[in-house]
Amino acid sequence: MNAPLRRAGVVILVLFGLLFANLNWVQAYKADDYRTSDYNRRVVVAQYERPRGVIEADGKGLAENKATDDTLKYLRVYPKNEIYAPVIGYRPVSLGATGIENSENDFLSGESDTLFADRVKDMFTGNNTGGGNVVLSLSTKAQETAWKELTNNERGVTKGAAVAIDPRTGAIQAMVSMPSYNPNPLVSHDEKAAAAAYNKLVKDDSQPLLNRATQETLPPGSTFKVIDSAAALSSGYTPETEIPAGSTYKESGAVIHNAEDEVCPGSQVTLKEALTESCNTGFAKLGVKLGRDKIVGMAKAFGFEDEKLTIGNLKENRGLPVAASRTGAIANPDGSVDKGALAQSSIGQRDVRMTPVQGALMAATVANGGKQMRPYLVQKLLGPDRRTIYSADPATLRTPISESVASDLKGMMISVVENGTGKKAKISGFDVGGKTGTAQNAVGADPHGWFIGFAFNSKGEPVSAVCVMLENVPGGHASAEAARIAGLIMKAAAGGGD
Amino acid sequence: MKTHRNAELGLLAFSMTLVAIYAATVEANQFDTIHSTFWIPAALLAALFLGLHFVVRFTAPYADPVLIPAVALINGLGVSFLRRLDIARAISNKEPIPGVFAGTGGRQLAWTLAALILAAILLLVVRDHKVVSRYAYTLGLVGIVLVMIPAVLPSSLSEVNGAKLWIKLGAFSIQPGEFAKLALVSFFAYYLVRKREVLSLASRRFLGIDFPRGRDLGPVVTVWLLSLLVLVFEKDLGTALLYFGLFVVTLYVATERASWLIIGLLLFFGGVYTAYLLGASVGGPFANFYDRATIWLDPFAQANYDKAGGSYQLVQGLLALGTGGLFGSGPGAGSPGFVPEVRTDFIFAGMGEEIGLFGLAALLVCYLLIVERGLRAALGVRDSFGKLVAGGLAFTLGLQVFVILGGITGLIPLTGQTTPFLSAGGSSLMANWLLIAMLLRISNAARGPANSGGSSDRPGGPKKAPTQLHGAMTEVIKP
Repeated sequence: MNAPLRRAGVVILVLFGLLFANLNWVQAYKADDYRTSDYNRRVVVAQYERPRGVIEADGKGLAENKATDDTLKYLRVYPKNEIYAPVIGYRPVSLGATGIENSENDFLSGESDTLFADRVKDMFTGNNTGGGNVVLSLSTKAQETAWKELTNNERGVTKGAAVAIDPRTGAIQAMVSMPSYNPNPLVSHDEKAAAAAYNKLVKDDSQPLLNRATQETLPPGSTFKVIDSAAALSSGYTPETEIPAGSTYKESGAVIHNAEDEVCPGSQVTLKEALTESCNTGFAKLGVKLGRDKIVGMAKAFGFEDEKLTIGNLKENRGLPVAASRTGAIANPDGSVDKGALAQSSIGQRDVRMTPVQGALMAATVANGGKQMRPYLVQKLLGPDRRTIYSADPATLRTPISESVASDLKGMMISVVENGTGKKAKISGFDVGGKTGTAQNAVGADPHGWFIGFAFNSKGEPVSAVCVMLENVPGGHASAEAARIAGLIMKAAAGGGD
Repeated sequence: MKTHRNAELGLLAFSMTLVAIYAATVEANQFDTIHSTFWIPAALLAALFLGLHFVVRFTAPYADPVLIPAVALINGLGVSFLRRLDIARAISNKEPIPGVFAGTGGRQLAWTLAALILAAILLLVVRDHKVVSRYAYTLGLVGIVLVMIPAVLPSSLSEVNGAKLWIKLGAFSIQPGEFAKLALVSFFAYYLVRKREVLSLASRRFLGIDFPRGRDLGPVVTVWLLSLLVLVFEKDLGTALLYFGLFVVTLYVATERASWLIIGLLLFFGGVYTAYLLGASVGGPFANFYDRATIWLDPFAQANYDKAGGSYQLVQGLLALGTGGLFGSGPGAGSPGFVPEVRTDFIFAGMGEEIGLFGLAALLVCYLLIVERGLRAALGVRDSFGKLVAGGLAFTLGLQVFVILGGITGLIPLTGQTTPFLSAGGSSLMANWLLIAMLLRISNAARGPANSGGSSDRPGGPKKAPTQLHGAMTEVIKP
């Protein structure tokens, strides 16, 4: 019986050899795959081993960490709750991150190549220094004013957005979306509670997770007349050029009225007056006269149809994606220009759609002498020891109009606030210009109220450009409330009193 | 003739030192400091094993000196790892550090005591392994009953994680299959010693291989059917493989006929493949095995991973092993909390994260050492019954290690076996220590002087020469 016993021993040896070979496969060959697998919770825990970098603005922490005593050592805390959520986003334990938390994740977590030296140092000292810190360009005062005024608006509007930009640099001073959401429950270490909070937000009909400033495109109404004016001025018109107007204008089945009978009833009106009073018939006729190519071309020059714009870090060109604003086809089925559609598009109706960011960029371009600066949110990246690793270097994105056209347009827009439809945006100590917009959207629905504008300080510097959008404003003069809020935001952004 | 008992004592001291070092490393990683009490569990274990050592000194002085230290090392590391899990849980729940006898680790320590007492009793009572053959038929019946109980019981009383292998009595649960192994090996050994002549000599030659006569196939086919029933009704491939492998190997050893191996392997894999096909097409009782097989084929597929009872456990075990890599994170520094069933089925994966490939390879060598030492006892012992019992037990132990570790590492479909001496649980620990006691007894006979290990050296006892197995008349061939 000994021979088969020996053979049984060999069989055991072979079986154990197989086990050992397979262990080599699992623990050596596949080790890296398994160590970094998406299914591996240790990856998540490791990310919580060191404190994540802080996101801050004006020296105030907007996304911070609290030490915990569970397996995930740090809890992300957003002290300002919903005010900054559309910008900062949130970083949950297992779902995907959003906003700056997402776009600057590598730096915040400390995994970025720029922080490699810190990691090496950690290895020798045994410390776990945190990730890098992100300083936002936001003015906390402007942001908080925008949030306060938007949510406490005088018309009881529940949805809207506001964006403020420094026209000289492209730095975003404020970006607010209403309604917003509280990011804190979403980053709870109790993942079931976090998932429940997330699902509740997803199911909410008012779409609190939607960043209306960057992602929602709506008909811009009369704010689009800034594009018409720019196109006209670039084609040789001056602010004093007389353009045909009238109380109604019929064109290929489309009928254009003015908002009120007393607006430009005469047959001729200067370009400046037309913008000041927001003369629909005048701009519809102007658009048809200039032609589709000039209107659409100027809109494009200002940033319409740009599908790639992100607002975040200038160097890496990453950040919050901005939805493309559109002019629509303005064409008959055979491709020829649909003049009725062109007339309607020229006053920002029909298929024209714009994001609040695009509105603010248009005002900023005019204020900055025709140069559109690339918007950004990340002002600085600081190492864990707060040494500066990156500082935003403002860059021109596009130059849609010449300096002289910009100067004329600026005068016309100031006239809107001084003498026309935008009087509510006036703020003391600043020269404010802008353009209102009241956009019809659906039959029977209240119109959206828009205001895009800018403010120059006493030294003649453009300190802020802004866009305020309120959805479905009841009670008429939809844009007046937007103009009022825009004035207050610009004042806060410029550092003026409160 | 040397007894090598002092060698055993020295090896045991070495094993317990390793266990104490393991416990100290755990404390260093868990508390960032080593408490002055770290050595107490190791010392208690050492005292227990020392007790067994003295029992062996007096009842089986020539027993293999490597068996106890090797098993003690695995058992001690198991207790320490379970205590490490208790400590981690206490820290995360902000409870005081569990006492030596608290938690799973403490319970395992108590089970170790019980298991060692059983082993000592076996050594004291069974002075000659051949005595066991007297009760062979009783043991065979007991074995089959133990195997069948969970299959007959309703699922609520017998099913854990999809495998019906348990008897659940309130807070206690017993895995009768663990004990059944021992009983069945003894029965098979006895049966085969009687039948070996018939089974090995009467044959027909076909394709150059000697095949047994049709009527002699009866018992093989019976055991084969029994193990397939286990596969289907207890939903456990591992147990089926274990019983069938055990029978085929003892049969092969008894008859020295390779044809039995070929028939056995063909029958088994044919049966398994048929069960797989039936599971895919018919479902019903075969569905569980089919599910396990599909999980095994692609554990990382999202659908398999998300499915209830899917590959989650297997994947988390593999991730733990992979994270450990070559050297492991060090005892106490890993995250075994992410491994499901880490106290029982997946203890090897949980430890693997912390001791790495090198540590696991060392553990494997310990198991291999135990199995090969058992086989060596079988080679050395002079009676056929002893050979078959020792060979069968050692081979079964090796096969069980292969089945569970192969399952965890994705080599074969995962089945709910315990890892001998490591997993938390009394049944497994007691049954396997009894197995070791039996091996010690037989190795004592194998290594001792020719007249020792039998009842003859029992002073004052009834003298009965064990030249012939009790009642085991070898059947002769009737042409």
